[in-house]
Amino acid sequence: MLKGCDVLNSKLGLNPEIIERARSAAKNIALETQTFIDKHSTVTVERTVARLLGIDGVDEIEKPLPNVVVDNIKEGGGLAQGAAFWIGNAIVNTGNTPQEIAEKVNAGEIDLTKLPIADKDKIFEAVQKIAVETTNKIRENRKKREDFIENVGEGKRPYLYVIVASGNIYEDIVQAQAAARQGADVVAVIRTTAQSLLDYVPYGATTEGFGGTYATQENFKLMREALDEVGEEVGRYIRVCNYCSGLCMPEIAAMGALERLDVMLNDALYGILFRDINMQRTLVDQFFSRLINGYAGIIINTGEDNYLTTADAVEEAHTVLASQFINEQYALLAGIPEEQMGLGHAFEMNPKLENGFLMELAQAQMTREIFPKAPLKYMPPTKFMTGNIFRGHVQDALFNLLSIWTGQGIQLLGMMTEAIHTPLLHDRMLAIENAQYIFNNARDLGEEIEYKTDGKIQKRAQQVLIDAEKMLIDIEKEGIFTTIEKGKFGGVKRGYTSGKGLDGVIEKSQDYFNPFIDLMLGGGQ
Amino acid sequence: MSLGKVDLTKIKPYGDTLNDGKVQLSFTLPVPYGDESEEAARQLAKKMGLSEASVVHSHDLGVGYTFFIVYGNCTHTVDYDAIEVPKVDVEFMDKEGVEQYIEEHIKRDVVIVGACTGSDAHTVGIDAIMNMKGFDGHYGLERYKGIEAINMGSQVLNEELIAKAIEVNADAILVSQVVTQKDVHIPNLTQLVEMLEAEGIRDKMILVAGGPRLSHELAQELGYDAGFGPGSFANHVATFIVKQMVERKMV
Repeated sequence: MLKGCDVLNSKLGLNPEIIERARSAAKNIALETQTFIDKHSTVTVERTVARLLGIDGVDEIEKPLPNVVVDNIKEGGGLAQGAAFWIGNAIVNTGNTPQEIAEKVNAGEIDLTKLPIADKDKIFEAVQKIAVETTNKIRENRKKREDFIENVGEGKRPYLYVIVASGNIYEDIVQAQAAARQGADVVAVIRTTAQSLLDYVPYGATTEGFGGTYATQENFKLMREALDEVGEEVGRYIRVCNYCSGLCMPEIAAMGALERLDVMLNDALYGILFRDINMQRTLVDQFFSRLINGYAGIIINTGEDNYLTTADAVEEAHTVLASQFINEQYALLAGIPEEQMGLGHAFEMNPKLENGFLMELAQAQMTREIFPKAPLKYMPPTKFMTGNIFRGHVQDALFNLLSIWTGQGIQLLGMMTEAIHTPLLHDRMLAIENAQYIFNNARDLGEEIEYKTDGKIQKRAQQVLIDAEKMLIDIEKEGIFTTIEKGKFGGVKRGYTSGKGLDGVIEKSQDYFNPFIDLMLGGGQ
Repeated sequence: MSLGKVDLTKIKPYGDTLNDGKVQLSFTLPVPYGDESEEAARQLAKKMGLSEASVVHSHDLGVGYTFFIVYGNCTHTVDYDAIEVPKVDVEFMDKEGVEQYIEEHIKRDVVIVGACTGSDAHTVGIDAIMNMKGFDGHYGLERYKGIEAINMGSQVLNEELIAKAIEVNADAILVSQVVTQKDVHIPNLTQLVEMLEAEGIRDKMILVAGGPRLSHELAQELGYDAGFGPGSFANHVATFIVKQMVERKMV
């Protein structure tokens, strides 16, 4: 029955049986991780629950109230039951809202774990009522996005994705609006780089940051409003992107869901390898953050492209594919549909390499065929960008050509000044102009092209797939934790109990309570 | 280029004729697209010392700002003969040369700790110098026989870097600063030197900085032994370190 490429309609002659075996191994890897995840929670997961129940704001030393509440429960030894349980208990005891309760905890008037334990059904009922209101609000945001796209429109794929990184949200807004008017479809506000290692989310509108701007709920809101306004004007829905990574993954997901962000970088493996975040912590965090992103209709972006900044794009291409397979399964388990999986990869081969472009083509086309519905996130050259901006502009042009040719979903535009500074206003314009020219001029190229049977491109893609399958079968045997300990992704080794944030991992008790897992799983459908 | 004689005491840019002074530049002005902004760009170029400035392209950036590409003839000159640039003054050896030098002159493993410090998350620089694979065909320090290379990765605090250097009894510290904003790398690099001095170990280690924004001169000003900018490879850094070790009798 299965006749290889006929079934998949592969232009690369990829064997669907190998793809199936790779996918099945990835599924087993994800399921094994899930049994670990299901037994654990973390401080940031519990702070997310607090936020979703309506707790916001900071105390007199700028400590966020969700942290105040969760710290109070932790000190009382109650975190294993979940923050929702204690907040619910306080509601039943006091008749206050969660926000009022948080303020009283902060004032030292309430010690959450010392209140008398109320009737469990009443606790669940009190929490459930608020949780349903919150999930309804997120659902309305999702509807608003869909309506905007329906009524006003959106850009063609690949979406043009640009970054702003001034450090000042008001400056970012000027640049983001300019980029949207020039043609950008997605604007990402780069976070101030050290934020991923903060175990809290800063509060309010911020005007100072290094290499980026703090991700705060107020900043999200300001950028959302600004880009809705310009979206109406240019007749395209402009997507807002931020970083649901680091030590506060699910909290940022919740903030994004509440403020209608559209795209979130969201990848535990990236945090483990490149930010040295503890693997137990971040895999648990990732599950809840993906649950929220899935429910909110947010497209996640995974970070496989980063492997190639430390490892070689020719030799390690299969690790990118293997990781994409795993990320796909993690996302499915958290209820994220394929249409919201912006699996990442990058154009990172040495420009001096003979036929390097052919190998990039093989990789991009292969990724497209293996994940047909995913809005693949394609990252521009960075590693081999130099101060030669003129060559850089050509490298970015080749990258753009490959993207339109192979039907990528989200194109993070390359900047010719990549190796020099964060983008200047006109760097972004030139990058958009470059992409628009090539996308328009070569729009249907991919439909017209077939590849030579057993030629260089086909053989390269087939080999990468075989290597990825082999790697996945190895990981299936060893488990993801051991694989990372051995340094198989990005050539970076990380220990099971090393890295940041391990002390924030909690083993759930039998009566652990988090109403949002059931409410959100399966996208709430 | 044999046409015309270059006067090295008065050089200026070359376009297609000696001393034509041709310069291309591009910039944005915070004023709306139109004849007035184009004239503003031209006048600005003139003030930069460009004669016959010509705005060859202008583009509306969409927020009341305009982008320009301008050509002009530079009226200034520079005395080339009077120029002196401080450089890392050693004859560079290749990987095998360094390995042999260590074997002959140092006779033990050289310990090098490297990190990308502060808020900088870009490890391309330190990876290019330290990782096994190296960069662009030049193997990294990890692959050198006789060198123990420890790459601490990105966003390392100066405190952590120093603690590691003391722990492993490092001979040299490499600090990489790649993407920085508003010159945050300068106080960060200075702080490391101050902390090493406070610990009383500054003289016991060779301190090297690297990154696209760093020259040898700047690094020395900041209190480093050397600075390596773009185009530097592991063998350059390694040569400097091993020769310094011998010179400073650290073997």
